[in-house]
Amino acid sequence: MSDQTPALRLEGIVKTFPGVRALDGVSLSVMPGEVHALMGENGAGKSTLMKVLGGIYQPQEGRIIVEEVPTVMTSPLQAKSKGIVFIHQELSLAEELTVAENIYLGELPRRSFGRVDWEKLYTQTDAILAKLKVGFNAKTIVGDLSIANQQMVEIARALTVDAKAVIFDEPTASLTDAEKVVLFDVISDLQRQGVGIIYISHRMEEIFKITDRISVLRDGSYRGTLETRNTTEEEVTQLMIGRALDLSRNESNHELGDVALEVRGLSCGHMFKDVSFDVRRGEVLGFYGLVGAGRTEIVETLFGLREPSGGKILLDGEEVRISSPADAISKGISLVPEDRKGQGLVLGMNCRDNMTLPQVGELSSGPFVAPGAETAIFDKYKEKLDIRTPGWKQTVGNLSGGNQQKIVIAKWLSMHPKVLIVDEPTRGIDVGSKSEIHNLIRDLAAQGYAVIVVSSEMPEVLHVSDRIVAMFSGRVMRTFTSEEVTEESLIQAISGITATEKVA
Amino acid sequence: MEAGNLSKFLKNGAIWGFIVIELIFFSVAGEFMSLSDKAFMDVDNMLLLLKQSAPIGIIAMGMTIIMVNGNIDLSVGAIFALSAVILLDSLTWTVFAGLGDWVIPVSWALALLTGVGLGAINGFIVWKTGVDAFIVTLGSMLGFRGLVFMYNGETPTSSLNWTLVDFAEAQFLGLHTATWFLAIVTLVMWYLMTRTVHGRNAYAIGDNRDAAVNAGIKVGPHMLINFMIIGFLAALSAVVFYSESGSVNPNDGQLYELWVITAVVLGGTKLTGGAGSIVSTLGGVLAIQLLRKGLGHIGADTSTVNLVIGLILIAVLFLDRQLNTKGKEELKL
Ligand SMILES: Nc1ncnc2c1ncn2[C@@H]1O[C@H](COP(=O)(O)OP(=O)(O)OP(=O)(O)O)[C@@H](O)[C@H]1O
Ligand SMILES: [Mg+2]
Repeated sequence: MSDQTPALRLEGIVKTFPGVRALDGVSLSVMPGEVHALMGENGAGKSTLMKVLGGIYQPQEGRIIVEEVPTVMTSPLQAKSKGIVFIHQELSLAEELTVAENIYLGELPRRSFGRVDWEKLYTQTDAILAKLKVGFNAKTIVGDLSIANQQMVEIARALTVDAKAVIFDEPTASLTDAEKVVLFDVISDLQRQGVGIIYISHRMEEIFKITDRISVLRDGSYRGTLETRNTTEEEVTQLMIGRALDLSRNESNHELGDVALEVRGLSCGHMFKDVSFDVRRGEVLGFYGLVGAGRTEIVETLFGLREPSGGKILLDGEEVRISSPADAISKGISLVPEDRKGQGLVLGMNCRDNMTLPQVGELSSGPFVAPGAETAIFDKYKEKLDIRTPGWKQTVGNLSGGNQQKIVIAKWLSMHPKVLIVDEPTRGIDVGSKSEIHNLIRDLAAQGYAVIVVSSEMPEVLHVSDRIVAMFSGRVMRTFTSEEVTEESLIQAISGITATEKVA
Repeated sequence: MEAGNLSKFLKNGAIWGFIVIELIFFSVAGEFMSLSDKAFMDVDNMLLLLKQSAPIGIIAMGMTIIMVNGNIDLSVGAIFALSAVILLDSLTWTVFAGLGDWVIPVSWALALLTGVGLGAINGFIVWKTGVDAFIVTLGSMLGFRGLVFMYNGETPTSSLNWTLVDFAEAQFLGLHTATWFLAIVTLVMWYLMTRTVHGRNAYAIGDNRDAAVNAGIKVGPHMLINFMIIGFLAALSAVVFYSESGSVNPNDGQLYELWVITAVVLGGTKLTGGAGSIVSTLGGVLAIQLLRKGLGHIGADTSTVNLVIGLILIAVLFLDRQLNTKGKEELKL
């Protein structure tokens, strides 16, 4: 590999934002046919570096060299014409248009008089979709697709050009295991064609499975590159966060309190049926299942976003009807939603105001907001969750993905809810903060909160939960205690294989 | 100053810079082209300008919160007219004959109540049906205007009460009554938007409605209140204006909604919601009034004035976009 010329080289890139030195002289080189991982904590500058490469940001200093030719990237379209394709962390699709129109947006095949060549458009698109083995076709409207499938559309876009380098910014954050397998196939196809690939992810197991080299950023500066074959997760983590990670679970032997929330035979149309469980104070109840198993719908019902079609919800032993999120919050139920950008944050607002949004009324004196009290809360939780931002005035939309998630969690923690529901607590969060958030969830339980955690990551549910509800296709298959659960039994339960079938 | 602050300053200050340029331009151009020999920047002329800004300005303050919400209200012109009719007509109702001049506060209250009520109708429909505010208020614009015509047909509604006229024409500390109303409304709305929970929620709802709902904000009632506020302000605007003029034509207030929206947009409020400020709206209001008055001063006719304002609106929005993308480093499209 070493005698080849790199497909792509970045030299001494510097990029600053007001109050933030996001990149401080970062260099990186990617060989053709190499899968190169870019790792670093939330806010380390990974996405910013890739946006510089993709022509979205202009660096203050440094050079970009594509196949030994220094190139100035002035716009995403120009970067694409140089063979640099970018699959964003955040989806950027036109929801009202078809899959085909999205994939060829801006470069639709033409016939005479500027008419679109629909036939060609659809056949070309279907050919690409066939490679991706997806269950939708060229004419599907993008808005009707799940987030995961929308991600696949984004990926399909990359396959339409003759790429020299493809950048994947956290592509698996919302994919199911099956979809991941397809994605990895696509990546190794590209690799075989000699395309250089930059792969950003916080998931170690993926990094070690598919990458050749790993480069690490910390606080905007380059920390080194490791050969994946010759390194370990510990070494990478050390480089990323500057210390070894404490992965032990803090098992405080606190007493479990009363049942805080009890759900009996809850149903909602065909989303989920006859769901029963309870959570005690001081306990973390995990929900595990495949995407589409109905977990998110259950927690949305508990939060008053959906009307149940049957069953009962009891809070502290009393039956309640939860009519709206406002109602849920006033009864002490809080939800950290799955989609932080769409449902969790007001992106144009500053960090402090986002964090205090649900309690701004309680903090206020009469109708007037109390900025002092709000800032105090912000400072406290910035420190507690180690949120990286120059100050409370920063617009939330400018924070890195992980730090945004911390703002949402802080928003509810600071309200001291009776029942805290967290849907995918660590999606897109770096290993360091991830273990912090896990510890935080355990701490909250130790302090007497009842916590529900929904997650698609098995290590995560196993790590944080006291008991785990396994779901399959809208039904509770089994509830495990942390002593009896094994990875195997859990997988069986969520695939719909019951114990009896196994025996038979 | 850091780059971000500079562009932010340019953005927020742009409308005031524009006002300064207008003042200089009309003063200089007025020297050569004006028909009268009075200077444009004459104190009386400026005081009059403030007074004339009041009817549009008062409504624009309400439109700001409506548009920060991501809504719009097209019915303000019709609410203005209907409130004016109620005001002037009720002054002469026989039931109030015994009240003497005490009929004035009663009529004011009736007119203001009318505005709040009509606003509440808008807000309630938006809340309960979930239909876009544009459509709802387009309907009510036609409907309310219909009520104005049903009231008195094509004939104007008139009644002159001299106590009222004296009050409306009074000057306190140099400023006219209408100007004081504009100043107070601006101050109160500025306080509401920047210092209260309601104001904070308005921005949150406009920026991301789902997130606002998830934070427990009751979006429907919130919007209802805002429509009542703008209804109140449209009526207040009518009360201030017609106390002096004493006669309302059934067509009065037509196109007010467009002038108001133009002022708010000139002030930098985003049509999609989530961003905007009362102070900048005031800038937008003054800029438009200056333009109308200034162009008149140098002898332009109404059609020219409208053409110029249209062109300037587009130019300002274009400039705003440029500054915005610079500041945010957004995707270049
Ligand atoms: N447009 C912007 N304006 C101001 N600051 C920004 C902007 N974009 C990024 N930043 C800051 O630059 C730093 C790097 O952010 P970046 O998004 O590159 O992090 P990241 O490594 O991709 O993190 P994550 O893993 O959470 O996605 C952060 O401190 C972030 O707040
Ligand atoms: Mg990122």
